[in-house]
Amino acid sequence: MKLETTHFGEIDIDETKIIDFDDGLPGFPSDKRFVLLDGGREFGEDDEPVPFLWLQSVTNGNIAFILLDVFAVMPDYKPVLNPSDFTELGAYSDECKEDFLIYNIVVLPEDVKKMSVNLVAPVIINQNIKKGKQVVANNSEYNVRHYLFEQIDD
Amino acid sequence: MLALTRRKSESIIIGDNVEIVVLGIQGEQVKLGIIAPKDISVHRKEVYLQIQEENKKALLSGTNALNELGALMKKSSSE
Repeated sequence: MKLETTHFGEIDIDETKIIDFDDGLPGFPSDKRFVLLDGGREFGEDDEPVPFLWLQSVTNGNIAFILLDVFAVMPDYKPVLNPSDFTELGAYSDECKEDFLIYNIVVLPEDVKKMSVNLVAPVIINQNIKKGKQVVANNSEYNVRHYLFEQIDD
Repeated sequence: MLALTRRKSESIIIGDNVEIVVLGIQGEQVKLGIIAPKDISVHRKEVYLQIQEENKKALLSGTNALNELGALMKKSSSE
């Protein structure tokens, strides 16, 4: 199917790659279907992980989030999740961990050094069953607005 | 809104399987215990509101900034 998007113009979407977010995302309850984009190209389960992805709403082409693979920049990032999160996403185990993607939503203003990432609410995607959810981690040490470059400057 | 008065160690039941217990009261603070099935998520409301707020801000992120960031990261890794 064709989708008109703000960032990439008209793109072609393989409908089998659409990921269902049954609850939408906090603040965006009606956007329940998304695709992952690497640049303007659709990202699928056979692709190698990349540091940045776009989470593009299929419901509304104007809605897209930049996702960051936080583990690539903060290897000790360890969100503590609730078992309830996995009732929709499917059980997580060592055998199927390859199916799961964990990315965090980034706020990237024009001054890119002010980029922040939401460490409290990672987006978890089970690529096998094409389900996704933005969950809330129980860690009290994480912030919804974590400035990455400040950390690098330290 | 339903308003109920409870004392310490008293509780309320929501539906068949969610129980909220008043564990303690100290000045302005109430400590609550929540007993709920694993498929029900429980969070402080302000955290949820902060996440909504950040998601809305995240929409302002642009492709130009991402390209710029890519260039910046390449530069810093080659330095």
